[in-house]
Amino acid sequence: MVNLTIDGRHIQAEEGSTLLSAARANGIEIPTLCHHEALMPTGSCRMCVVEVSKGGRTRIVTSCIYLAEEGLQVNTKSQRVQEVRKLVLQLLMARCPESEVVREVAKEMGVNPEPRFKTSKDKGKCILCRLCVKACESIVGVSAIGLSGRGQTKKVGGPFMEAPQACIGCGSCVYICPTGHIVMEDDGKGHREIWGKTFNMAQCRTCGRYFAPLEQLSFISKATKVPLESLMVCTSCR
Amino acid sequence: MDLKAITKTARDTIKKYNRDHSQIIAILQDIQGVYNYLPKEALSVISEEMDVPLSRVYEIATFYNSFSLKPRGKHMIEICAGTACHVQGAANILDRFERELGIKRGETTQDGLFTLEEVRCLGCCSLAAVVRLDGNIYPFVKQDDIPRILKKYKKQEVK
Amino acid sequence: MGRIRTLKDLDLAAKKGLETLFPKKTKIMVGTATSGIAAGALEVYEELKRECEKRKLDIHLSKTGSMGMDSLEPLVEVIEPGKPRLAYGKVTKDKVSPLIDQVVSGSIDGLKPAYRIDDEDDLIRQEKITYGKKIEAKLKGIPKINELPFYKKQLRIALRNCGTIDPENIYEYIARGGYYSLYRALSSMTPEQIIDEVTISGLRGRGGGGFPTGRKWLSCRKAHGDIKYVICNGDEGDPGAYMDRSLMEGDPHSIIEGMVIGAFAIGAHEGFIYVRNEYPLAVANLQKAVEQARELGLLGDDIFKSGFSFDIKIVRGAGAFVCGESTALMTSIEGKAGEPRAKYIHTVEQGIWNRPSNLNNVETWANVPVIIARGGKWFANIGAKNSTGTKVFSLVGKINNVGLVEVPMGITLKEIIYDIGGGIPEGKSFKAVQTGGPSGGCIPADLIDLPVDFDSLWEAGSMMGSGGMIVMDDRTCMVDIARYFFDFLVSESCGKCVPCREGVYQMYEILHDICHGRGKKGDIELLESMGKSIADGSLCALGGSAPNPVLSTIRYFRKEYEAHINKKKCPAGVCRALIKYSILADKCTGCGVCAKRCPVECISGERKKVHIIDQGKCIKCGTCKEVCKFDAIIVE
Repeated sequence: MVNLTIDGRHIQAEEGSTLLSAARANGIEIPTLCHHEALMPTGSCRMCVVEVSKGGRTRIVTSCIYLAEEGLQVNTKSQRVQEVRKLVLQLLMARCPESEVVREVAKEMGVNPEPRFKTSKDKGKCILCRLCVKACESIVGVSAIGLSGRGQTKKVGGPFMEAPQACIGCGSCVYICPTGHIVMEDDGKGHREIWGKTFNMAQCRTCGRYFAPLEQLSFISKATKVPLESLMVCTSCR
Repeated sequence: MDLKAITKTARDTIKKYNRDHSQIIAILQDIQGVYNYLPKEALSVISEEMDVPLSRVYEIATFYNSFSLKPRGKHMIEICAGTACHVQGAANILDRFERELGIKRGETTQDGLFTLEEVRCLGCCSLAAVVRLDGNIYPFVKQDDIPRILKKYKKQEVK
Repeated sequence: MGRIRTLKDLDLAAKKGLETLFPKKTKIMVGTATSGIAAGALEVYEELKRECEKRKLDIHLSKTGSMGMDSLEPLVEVIEPGKPRLAYGKVTKDKVSPLIDQVVSGSIDGLKPAYRIDDEDDLIRQEKITYGKKIEAKLKGIPKINELPFYKKQLRIALRNCGTIDPENIYEYIARGGYYSLYRALSSMTPEQIIDEVTISGLRGRGGGGFPTGRKWLSCRKAHGDIKYVICNGDEGDPGAYMDRSLMEGDPHSIIEGMVIGAFAIGAHEGFIYVRNEYPLAVANLQKAVEQARELGLLGDDIFKSGFSFDIKIVRGAGAFVCGESTALMTSIEGKAGEPRAKYIHTVEQGIWNRPSNLNNVETWANVPVIIARGGKWFANIGAKNSTGTKVFSLVGKINNVGLVEVPMGITLKEIIYDIGGGIPEGKSFKAVQTGGPSGGCIPADLIDLPVDFDSLWEAGSMMGSGGMIVMDDRTCMVDIARYFFDFLVSESCGKCVPCREGVYQMYEILHDICHGRGKKGDIELLESMGKSIADGSLCALGGSAPNPVLSTIRYFRKEYEAHINKKKCPAGVCRALIKYSILADKCTGCGVCAKRCPVECISGERKKVHIIDQGKCIKCGTCKEVCKFDAIIVE
């Protein structure tokens, strides 16, 4: 265990735990946009920055990746920290003017859009948190979608910005996306469309509901060696 | 473009680097060295042969400046955009090339003759402003020299 | 020759090197680094070869790296046994034949040498090399190299061999004391002793950060892990900087030797040299050097029978400025898109493939063999207190003597710009010098007495960076320079974190507006506050230092920003939307050259009468001003 102070409170944290988890375990809220329990943190949104000091040296660090240290003093709400968060939100509002999520977080924190910033029209609601890419890679295991380009041209999508061949239509990216950027449509008649690719849905043998793309089921069948036949029942009927 | 030839080039290159995953950038560089750009099919071959998701290969191919997924012109014109060149008027030189060729930076002329690109410092700062044409450095370029430089290459074509 | 395993073998190799370094016959060297090649050095070399063959002359012809004084390229040096080295500048192809005539006849009446070298100090072997004891009377009028203002204050430690040895010939490197430091390190020093020596020397990272090299090595040595790596960062990305290129092209073995010594000290057996792909000659020369070192057993298993093994792989970058950042570079070596990561766990503990990795810059590595040969104390006595040794700078932009200079740290900007650089051309006045590339800043003319060391530059709002020094005169617009660097940073940001990806882009848009007459009240303050938060909030050093070009120009040239925003004027006459070209009636001779060359045909006038510019059609490219021989065109 290590002993540290967060916002003036003495806190004990397990060795190897991040400042973010140490704070949250003690009811201290730090805002995040690109963090997800199930995935390795990358520190890309910069909302979770905090100010740390130790031995007379003060600096801004990313709490989702910075590990708790003995004797560290953490300030999660200092002026400098607030300035960074404010800027991040203003920048994201300019990038994704349609994103309700970003707007709401900004409102909660009392941050208004910066009128001097140029607003984008082509980025949709994507804040490039990359949760979808990581989920597709490490949870689903297909890496159908990925990042491309860099800087302002960085984008999420299938290779060559075409319908990704490797996509199994599971929709994990949709569920994990914090802003609702990724669109998935089920027509209720046995088709699902996502990333420009149309999937035939499997019908539950028991209740007749269209419950999962056939491609996803055969992927699971191949990976787990469970015959496809026995996967044709939806979770509620299982 | 011959699909078979591309597949063979890609396979040979992969073999040359022992299918080493850490050499993907070098493999892409070599393939681009052959075709002057990265054919889509080559990326698919790398993905299949090396067992790397196509999305990752695509990520690498689009992250680095020197890769192009579009075919390039016969002659490559690179305008150095280093600080020394900028101070000596590189922006005006780029403009003049754009005007003379009727294309913007990053584009290729319709006849497929020239591709115009801006490059980050070629490290020839003492010769600023510098233009590199098919690998040859033109030192101390002035806007007024540009029509003459292009004429030389166009003339070669006629011959 | 077989493998070099003992000191005796090394001596034999040195002897072999001497045969070509100082042959018993006349030797002619051509500087064929990129700067030389661009000026036509390869054609000169070929012509020399043809001419010597034609005349059946027994002359040793050789290629070498750059001496740094780029205005003299193509540079040809003639060395005759027992006589001073004579350097001829600007030797174009047509001057080859007369030059050979001169060499044959022994005269110097036609082409005049730019300088002569009577003797020089061999830093590593600690001996004086005397080229010519007796100086003929006719040579007395030719300046000695160290009498030239460009070289007078220089001390070439890292560049010790550039322009003297053939970089493709390992024996010549050995003849200059090369690989002797490695022998010494492997045969008589412990890793700890080596690290101590480097620590005592005070050597700090030459790539920009200035981290103490000895301390870095020690941390990496102590880090847990059986497999460790050493890396040479040759991804010289700062626009306006090319010292590493020159070193890699002109003296690749000094880098390799430094790396083997470092690897031994740290306990690494594998090394990488990451080179920009934009430097094809550097890649080729390094590749050749690695192969030669391998052939002679200076890389590979059981080097100098010490039991220590080490080898080097050359990795070509693919065009990403961010890969100069150590974590991004390491990710790139792993074969991925070069995105950086936070450095909370240092790369000396977890670098490539999460193994301890020690990265140093090209110039840092090249200093190591000298430190081992001469001792840390000797090195620490050179330069300034917390910035020991020398630093190589590329002195470019609006300066008379353009080139690469290596000076002891602590020297003032004034000495570099005026004494070495010869001041500003065309009688213009010095306005600022940009150091540190896109991470650095602009230092104004009032700070001309600033000593050049890591800490002083930092305090002045800039940084050492890798060593680019771009001199600017009163025709350089500081807002445009800031906009230029932001244009660079926008396209080079990897896009991983929000402040850098979005913030630098928004700052660029504001600067772009200001340069186009669309600046608004409050823009300066907004840029300042954004700059602070971007520096605080970015993930890596690229974003962390990105605001510097704006913050430093606002700090020193606020009035210029205000003129753009409030008066819609560009005092330097650069920002196209804010300037106007016009023809001075009393100076225009009506020669018509401007009208003929104008790309949009907006200049008109009768022959021998004053011409006028159609302001509506003018695109403000400045071609007219460029071609007018009578200074009749002004910009305001």
